Amino acid sequence: MLSNKRIILTLIAVLTVGLLATSLTAVATSHGDSEEHLSGKLEIFHWWAGSEGPAINALMDYFKEEHPDVEVINAAVTGGSGINAKAVLKTRLLGGNPPDNFQIHAGRELIGTWVTADRMADLTSLYKEQGWMDKFPQNIIDRVSTEEGIWSVPLTIHRSNVMWYVPDKLDEWGIEVPKTWDEFLEVAPQIQENGVVPLSVGTNWTARHLWESIALAELGPEKWRAMWDGEASVWTSDAMLESWKTMDEVLQYVNEDASSLSWQQATDMLINGEAAFNIMGDWAAGYMATVKNLTPKTGFGWAASPGTEGEFMWLSDSFGLPKGAPHRENAMAWLKLVGSQKGSDVFNPKKGSISPRLDSDISKYNEYSQSAANDFRNDTLVGSMRHGVVANEGFMNDMATVMEQFLKNRNPEQAMMMMEAIAKQNGII
Amino acid sequence: MNWRRHKDKFWALLTLFPSLALVGVFVYGFIGRTFFVSITDWGKGAALAENPTINVIGLGNYGQLFTGFLNARFRQSLVNAAFYSVLIIVGAIIVGLFLAILLDRQPAGESFFRTIFLYPMSLSFIVTGTIWRWLLSPGGGINRLPTFIGLPPLRFRWLSSEGSILTFNWQNLPFITGGIVAFVILTLAYRSWKSGQEKRAASMAGAALILVLWIAFGRGFTPKILPYPEEHGLNLATLGIILAAVWQYSGYTMAMFLAGLRGVSTDLREAAELDGANQFQYYTRVAIPMVKPVVLSAVIIMAHISLKMFSLIFAMTGPDNAETGHPAVLMYLKSFRANNFAVGAAIAVVLFLMASLFIVPYLVSAYRERRA
Repeated sequence: MLSNKRIILTLIAVLTVGLLATSLTAVATSHGDSEEHLSGKLEIFHWWAGSEGPAINALMDYFKEEHPDVEVINAAVTGGSGINAKAVLKTRLLGGNPPDNFQIHAGRELIGTWVTADRMADLTSLYKEQGWMDKFPQNIIDRVSTEEGIWSVPLTIHRSNVMWYVPDKLDEWGIEVPKTWDEFLEVAPQIQENGVVPLSVGTNWTARHLWESIALAELGPEKWRAMWDGEASVWTSDAMLESWKTMDEVLQYVNEDASSLSWQQATDMLINGEAAFNIMGDWAAGYMATVKNLTPKTGFGWAASPGTEGEFMWLSDSFGLPKGAPHRENAMAWLKLVGSQKGSDVFNPKKGSISPRLDSDISKYNEYSQSAANDFRNDTLVGSMRHGVVANEGFMNDMATVMEQFLKNRNPEQAMMMMEAIAKQNGII
Repeated sequence: MNWRRHKDKFWALLTLFPSLALVGVFVYGFIGRTFFVSITDWGKGAALAENPTINVIGLGNYGQLFTGFLNARFRQSLVNAAFYSVLIIVGAIIVGLFLAILLDRQPAGESFFRTIFLYPMSLSFIVTGTIWRWLLSPGGGINRLPTFIGLPPLRFRWLSSEGSILTFNWQNLPFITGGIVAFVILTLAYRSWKSGQEKRAASMAGAALILVLWIAFGRGFTPKILPYPEEHGLNLATLGIILAAVWQYSGYTMAMFLAGLRGVSTDLREAAELDGANQFQYYTRVAIPMVKPVVLSAVIIMAHISLKMFSLIFAMTGPDNAETGHPAVLMYLKSFRANNFAVGAAIAVVLFLMASLFIVPYLVSAYRERRA
């Protein structure tokens, strides 16, 4: 009996001490947060690694110089376009353990998942205080906002609608860069006669990437914007059907082993002279320049994808502030750096993207990026579907099924109907 | 005496209670919870909110999965799952039996080979998948084997071919199932006719006839569930995955069969030999019929393993290759990539029912055996 009593007493003592300790730590952290001078920790959650690692490290180093007392925690989860990072992020937010800041594709991918779930903090006051409202293009601010607020700070800009080629090879085969898809379809049989694949494509997602370039050409920027703003008639319009018909015709001229190639392998076909053209985002420029050591313009060439001259389909990596971020002050300081001209120009030249700011210093960038930055300032801007600017995660996931079905049976009408249905299902129209 | 027995029972219950409670909550509680989630809409778009609004919508998610025209991928995955199960079970049993017979004849180095054959089972699916993805890559591994004897390399794309065989229209699934059922009934009718139960045979044949008539004339009256014809079948890209799974588990079935074959008494073998049976006859007429119960256990075990293909598929072809899809992969994508927890839960329940199709009859028969 006596020993039992003793055990119970010990238990109570341990529990009390434990509780006291936790509450004390809680007090300590909240105290640290309220101080003006920045100290404590800052956890930055992102998926940049490998060849993109130096860019984020440079930005973090810059932050440490400005705020030497802040301990920056680099919470990288690797995996292309955040495939693993997004899953980890979900478990952390659902588990009530949000990072201070996280990387997310700007636009509906963020809004459809986290803003509708009421997990993000409004950044409108930060935009106003920093004078960012006229530093970023209006189309970008529109796409990262809802009526309730502005939800993330864009750090990079990539372009989706780019057609790549090797200039010397085109000269050798005696073909010009097609300006429209009709021109492409005319020249494609001629390319095939040379034993070359006219257009290289990779796995399912690169086919969706190709479709958005074709759809932009068929629909034009006005209708493209309208359809994502909920204009139901566009989804079943003739132009929409035409985009799938063109897709069907273009697919006659792609490589047979598409479904087993990564986007890099599809780009390699171009470099090796096995394919004439490739539609891919401009991260392909970084791949060809740094990994394959090709010189922009001579080693590889680029043009807007057919029929989209003067239109810039953008996508962007951005940072948002989750509600309940443990070190909010530090997170705000990080966001200020992300949105600033300096931060942008420290990060982007190293990553191979361009700055979303209209006042960035173009001279710091390489030849491809300079040309892209010029287009970015002068062209009509539209958001990318495949990369989460105009479509939410649910739509993007279902679209993979639509494309799978289309690649199998090539029925344009069915593809259009399915697109309309998934748009309804995911609350777009 | 009476008190003593009660006391024993009391202690037994008390010691069992913790595990009963844990199993109750973490197995059956969560099964129930998953089923509940599957009949809701779980917050629609705002699935990740702190307190999502949850409306019970009945069996709508299931209806969408089986007949909604957006869920073609689920149906292909389901068809894949059936082919995976059948081919892996058949493959592992045939290869395992063959290896077991080889080892049963006690060749030199038998224990060495036994270890070698059994070894793949100790690997995880992720490791198997990674190894076989390399072996089956289009330009290397298996496809280069013929070049060692001077033949041109194979061109077969094990994991990425788009062709499929044995295709059928999903629209016709009720008729195809009806056809199979009619065939089974007819076989049974034939058997009862042979064993002299003519009345029973006649009624069975009648039922089969009704089914055949429905298949022949019912098509015109049955409403179309899908606006477009939807072809599903055995995708050739799944062959690579099946190959890897058979490789991994045939050693296991071999061990089961070997134990069975060793259990056949030597008297029987000697008797068979005295009667002039050769090795082939001994195995086909004596040994294999003796190990029939092992086949049943092997089928049950392989069947539920074949439903756990997630990691193998994930490692070999990735989550986005619908050609090789499996409901388990789709469940993951729906829940954690598209944030559609309700539909994910519905897929989980379908998988659970498929698993119980295999497990429940086994448990029932095992329980009966123990009572008998």
